[in-house]
This record gives sequence, C-alpha cells and structure tokens, in this order.
Amino acid sequence: MGLEEKLPSGFLLTTVEQAAGWVRKASVFPATFGLACCAIEMMTTGAGRYDLARFGMEVFRGSPRQADLMIVAGRVSQKMAPVLRQVYDQMPNPKWVISMGVCASSGGMFNNYAIVQGVDHIVPVDIYLPGCPPRPEMLMDAILKLHHKIQTSKLGVNAEEAAREAEEAALKALPTIEMKGLLR
Amino acid sequence: MSTSQASPRETTEGTVYTVTGGDWDEVVQSAAKADDERIIVNMGPQHPSTHGVLRLILEIDGETVTEARCGIGYLHTGIEKNLEYRTWTQGTTFVTRMDYLTSFFNETAYCLAVEKLLGVEDQITERAKIIRVLLMELNRMSSHLVCIATGGMELGATTIMIYGFRDREMILDIYELITGLRMNHAYIRPGGLAQDLPPGAVDQIREFVKKMKKNLPEYDKLATGNPIFKARMQDVGYLDLAGCMALGATGPILRSTGLPHDLRKSQPYCDYETYDFDIPTADTCDSYGRFLIRLEEMRQSLRIVEQCLDRLQPGPVMVADKKIAWPAQLALGPDGLGNSLDHIKQIMGTSMEALIHHFKLVTEGFRVPPGQAYAAVESPKGELGVHAVSDGGTRPYRVHFRDPSFTNLQAMAAMCEGGQVADVIVAVASIDPVMGGVDR
Amino acid sequence: MSDANGTNGADPEQDPGASNLPGQRGEGEEIRVQRGMFGANNGGDTSGYGGLVRSVRLPGATNRPYGGWFDEVADELEGALEEQGLLPDNAIEKTIVDRGELTFHIEREHLLRVARTLRDDPALRFELCTGVSAVHYLHDKGRELHAVYHLRSITHNRLIRLEVSAPDSDPHIPSLVPVYPTNDWHERETYDFFGIVFDGHPALTRIMMPDDWQGHPQRKDYPLGGIAVEYKGAQIPAPDQRRSYS
Repeated sequence: MGLEEKLPSGFLLTTVEQAAGWVRKASVFPATFGLACCAIEMMTTGAGRYDLARFGMEVFRGSPRQADLMIVAGRVSQKMAPVLRQVYDQMPNPKWVISMGVCASSGGMFNNYAIVQGVDHIVPVDIYLPGCPPRPEMLMDAILKLHHKIQTSKLGVNAEEAAREAEEAALKALPTIEMKGLLR
Repeated sequence: MSTSQASPRETTEGTVYTVTGGDWDEVVQSAAKADDERIIVNMGPQHPSTHGVLRLILEIDGETVTEARCGIGYLHTGIEKNLEYRTWTQGTTFVTRMDYLTSFFNETAYCLAVEKLLGVEDQITERAKIIRVLLMELNRMSSHLVCIATGGMELGATTIMIYGFRDREMILDIYELITGLRMNHAYIRPGGLAQDLPPGAVDQIREFVKKMKKNLPEYDKLATGNPIFKARMQDVGYLDLAGCMALGATGPILRSTGLPHDLRKSQPYCDYETYDFDIPTADTCDSYGRFLIRLEEMRQSLRIVEQCLDRLQPGPVMVADKKIAWPAQLALGPDGLGNSLDHIKQIMGTSMEALIHHFKLVTEGFRVPPGQAYAAVESPKGELGVHAVSDGGTRPYRVHFRDPSFTNLQAMAAMCEGGQVADVIVAVASIDPVMGGVDR
Repeated sequence: MSDANGTNGADPEQDPGASNLPGQRGEGEEIRVQRGMFGANNGGDTSGYGGLVRSVRLPGATNRPYGGWFDEVADELEGALEEQGLLPDNAIEKTIVDRGELTFHIEREHLLRVARTLRDDPALRFELCTGVSAVHYLHDKGRELHAVYHLRSITHNRLIRLEVSAPDSDPHIPSLVPVYPTNDWHERETYDFFGIVFDGHPALTRIMMPDDWQGHPQRKDYPLGGIAVEYKGAQIPAPDQRRSYS
C-alpha cells in the first residue's frame, strides 16, 4: 500500500509486480487463528516433522498487526464471528485468508444454529482447504498454492482491472443449483 | 494528580513536564491508594498462549491478578443438538469431534452409554474391549503429550513443544493405520468397533512402545529437574482437595491433591480391573504436581498398552446381534472403502432379506429401548460422563456430555486470583482445557 | 392419561392411551404418543403407516426391594429426611431402578434439602456432583423440563441420579450452587440451552450463546437451524427438515 500502487500500467508495473510478489510470497507471516481440531493439525505443521520453517512461515504471530495471512483453522461459531472479523480488519494489507477444513469452508457436518456456514460469509477467502481435519501435507499444499497466487497477484491499475474481471466472472457464473452434471 | 514535584516548561512542541527528585515513594503510595489504577485485561478469545478460543477477563493490580473470569462459548458447535437428528451409530462421528484431543474417550463413553441403553454390555466381545482400551491408552498419551508440549510452549520453551509433537506423530501414525484418520476417528461404534485391526498394527504399536520408552525419560531430563521450569510451575495454580471437591475438578487436578480417584479403578469399564497399573498422585496441589502426574500416567499407559498387545486374541470385534451390528460385514472392499465385494455379492445376488436388513440398518438405524443411562470414563482430563436419553426411536432423544474440561476450567478463578499475571498461563495450562470439549 | 382401560377395538384417535393397541409395549410412564412413521406429519407420509399409533413410555416407578446398595441409600436418605422433619414421600416423588442405575425423582421445592442431605450425611456422602443435564419432554404436559443430576460418592464408590421436573409455563428449579459450587457453569449452560431458571444461582447468564441470542437452542421446539445444502442441480434440505424415521 505505497508507491507501487500508483505506478502507471506497463512494463514497470509488471516488473514491480513480479518482484513484489516474489518477496511477499517468501515471507508470509501467519496469524494464529486456531479454533478447533484443525488448529492442532496447524500446530503439527509448524512442529518438527512437517516443519513449516522450510517455507519461512514457522513464526506464527500473536498480533494481527504483524500478520498477513489468516489461517482460519476450525469451526467458526456465531459468537466467534465478530471476533474473527475484527482480527481480520486489524491485519494490514495485503492480506490473505486460508479457510482450513470443511467447517471453516462451508460449516461442514455442523449444519446447525451455532456454526457460521462458511467463513466466507465474514471474510474474503483465498484458498479453501477441504478435509476434517486436513493433513499437514494438505495445509502445506494450500500454502504453496497461496504462494503461487501471491506471486502472480497484480498491483495498482492492474489489480483494479483484475478485481473488475473477477467480479464480472462471478456475476456471470452459474449458481450451483443450475449446474448440470453429477450430483456433487 | 500529584504533579507538585514536576516542573513544567514551555517548548516549541508544547508543555513538557520533567519529573525529577526523590519523591517517587510518594508517587507509588498515591498510585497504590488510587482506585482507578485497577486495570481489566481481556486475554483472548484469540491469543497465542491460551488453549484455543478461551477468553480470560483478568482484573489486575500491578502484576497481581485480583479477579479472574473465563468467557467461553466461542467454539460452541451445537453437537448435542445435532446428535438428535442422526442415528445412534452416526452419533460417534459427532462426539469424536467434541474434545478433539481425546477422540477415543468421547467415542467410548458415548458407546458405553448406548450399549447400556441397549442392554448389550455383556455381549461386547473380548477383542473389541481390548482394542478400545489399547486405543484409549494411546490416546491418553497423545493428549498428555499435547498438554505438556503446548504447556511448555506457553512457558516459552519451544524445545519441549517440538518433543511433544514428535512423539505424538508416532501415535497419530498408529491411529492412521488403524482407523484411517489422524484425528476424529469414529472408529469405536455402539456394539464394538468399525473394523478389526489391520495387519501390521500390532507390530507398529510394539515398535512405538519401544521408542516411547526411550523418549519418555527425555522429558524428565528436559523439564522435571529444570530449575526454570520448577520455578514457574511449583506452587502455581494451587487447588486443594476441598476446592477440587467443591468445584467438581477431576483427573490430574484431583490426583495432584493426593486423592487416587480414577474411574478406571473405582468404577471399571472395558475390563480395566483386569489390567495391572498404578494411579500416580502428588501431594503438592500445584501445576508441577500435575505435570509429574501426566508424565507418570504416560508410563502407566505404556504398561497397559503392552498388556493389551499380549492379550489380543483373534475374534470378532462387533456384537453378534445383527440388528445392531453395523458395519454388517467387517471386511473392507479392495479400494479400502465400503464393504467387501463378497458381502455386496451376497446381499445383491442371493439374499433379498440381507439387502433389506442392510438398507434398514443403514438408513433407519437400530431402535433403542426408552430410558436413560449415564456412562463415565476416565479421560486424560478427568471424568467424562455421557447422559443419553432414548425415547425408543432410532435417534437419540438427548445426549449430554459432562466434559471434564468444562468443569475443570471453573477452577481457573480459584487457582489464579491473588497470583501473578504470568502464572495465569501456567495455571490454565495445568488444567489442560480443550475448548472443543468445553463448548461442545 | 388413561391407562389400562381399553377394551377390544379401542379407537386410537379417541383414546391414544389405550393399552391394547399394537405398538404399546411394557409398563411405564407415557411421555408421548407418536403417530405414523417417517416423522412426516404434514401429509407427506405415503408409506401406508400413517395410522400407526405408538406410545412412548419411559421406565416407571420401581417397588422395593431395589437390590444391591440401592436399598441402603434409599433407606438412609429417607431416614435422614425424616430426621429433618420432612416426610420422604413429599420430597421423593418416585424411585426408579433401571439398567442398574438408581434414580430419585425429587419435588423441586425440596431439591436443595435433599441434595444437602445426600452430600452431608456420612452414610450417603455424595461429595461430587457431575453437573446438571436437562431433557425437554415436549409432550409430557406439566412436566416438560427435566433437570438431571448425577451424584458420585467417592467415599462409598456409588453413583445416583436425581431428576427434577418443571413445567414449561413455570420453568423454575432451585439452584444447587450453594451445595455444589461446581454446578455454577452447568446451571448457566442448562439455562442457556433450555431456559430453566435456577433460582438462587449467583449469576444466571448465558454462557455458550452470545448474550443477545434469542431463545434456548436445545429445546425440542427450537429448530436445529441448518441450511439447505446445494448440489449441482439439486438441493438437500437441512437435517431437521429431511424425512426421517422416528
């Protein structure tokens, strides 16, 4: 959120995009947002065997001000939802969200009064990670995919253009219920 | 405001007060008297050094906690209500996610209650009971390992956290081999188990026991005699026997007062009375005592695991009553999912009745005679009780879990008030609450 | 409820309590009469079983001897209550022995006294209360809400159950916090989920749900609250809206 956002469209901007993306993806600081079972697997990912340090991400920040990735690990209850949004709002831009596990992604098996049916009702989600809970390998796969997304993300006018395109695509997209094909 | 000793002076940046002189005693005294120095600190619900989404509301006076309260409910999942809309068998899938660190205890407690309602306790096969005990004791170790690991991390000791998760991974590998999942297994079912142990499981557990016997002393070396560790844990989180009784605290908290109360001994289930093990106690009533108890319980669990392995004899792992036993045919298909082809061939090709029965059992479930039952097991955290009510239908009318984390967490205020802020973390870690169990 | 007064050919529509109807087995206390199958009550039941009537009966009162140590506990409790000048029949509504468990149904106004006796009497000594669970029997008119306490005696290694009922119209039950402080959170939880007001509780507030939540979610008349699940070209209703066996 600085000078790079004001660059004119063209060769300079795309070069800065690549450089910024490369730098950003290599030092993602996750905020601890462990909620339930998935949080234990998230901790396991940080511990010895899976060793998130290989991706420069072993330092989980307690303070949202120092974090740029929120891994929502677990079921989000109605009572937790405002807290989650507040933590998200406190994170500085640019920021990303991984919705870890089915409960965070869609409510999962807890289709009831207490659980928010998908954390995307509250915050924009970049990566949906299925599983109950997902294995540490799956979390790392999600993180690598997020790295790719960060690497290829746009800046400035290009970002605005990308956002506009994404919105148009979303508006045109067929609702699931109108899709044809196997029932899934 | 007592600013008599502070001299103001005007600068270009505004008025600057310079506090000099030896009047700090006065300042401290007046600060101590003033009521508005009382600070209320809100810790959590999302904080790195609390167990999950626990919110602590601390009223502090300097470094001293004068009042402490818990705010819970941030992980309320409505599992008890969800159970009422699923069959009795499907219930295990839900209860295993309550206290996600002690899945097998939740499942066993629930299944014991359902079996009590059904009146089939005597028909549970020997092998099923031994495997239940085996898995529960492995689970006790993995739960205590997480408790010690995260407790250490909250003290700032990262090494012990790496150790704990290293050993827990070995146990999770065993779970994965047996149940197919690292967590949230739904492996123990009303009437027995979902399936038998896979080939190679016994060997892997024996291998694990060997390794674990080598690894356990490392915790002693790292922590037990460690002066920093002791200084942080000893006499912190004090709760004596009277306090435990009044607050209903069970598990390591109760045993750290010297009372050897353990449901495995006093009200044995799953044939625990036939196993040879000790109930470790301490008489310090503090966090350090609870830590030592957890370490010793892991050694005792290893003993029980070894006895289980020696006892295992081939045999069925599900009750013989076909009206309850589901999965009906305890053999997996070649893809590792679903029933075996032989069974499908039989129900599809030769026996119409078997097909109907299977369909009814899977979609409708079995009926449980009306009434209520209470079954309790000794989970790593204390007494885990299940109150199950049936109205004669195929689904629970009401299932209530008395989770030890929920009850024990009430003791937080008694343990923390009057202590230091830093000790709150230690005290809460020694309770070992898991919010999935607290909030359900 | 009319019990055991049916003659041959009782009409289930007129007399659902008749005891000679099929689907009515055993003794006990009727809490509900169920009609049809598959839980469909809006005309969606095309199975042909729509006329089925089945009464749901919980185990009824047991007569002495109860067996084992149950008699001893019952004797001691009755004796101790009599010593305090309280007629046991007034306090103990009924005693049930079922599935190897002893249950005392207690009149709610005497609950506190009974609990204190159970805790303090050296021959009883139930020092550990494992909290309160509630059950909402929606169709058991006049005693819809049941609070269930399990008391454990470490001294004598025993476990008993106390059950107290209250009508929906007057959901008040005395709090056991003065006797068992452990019930503090348990009673708050039960209040939160069932709306039972525990009189005498030091701070009866919501504990699990947000403070501004409407209703008490685990009551039977509170919907599960799920949403329909969408698939490609189809929708599956929320779990509590699905057709089901009951």
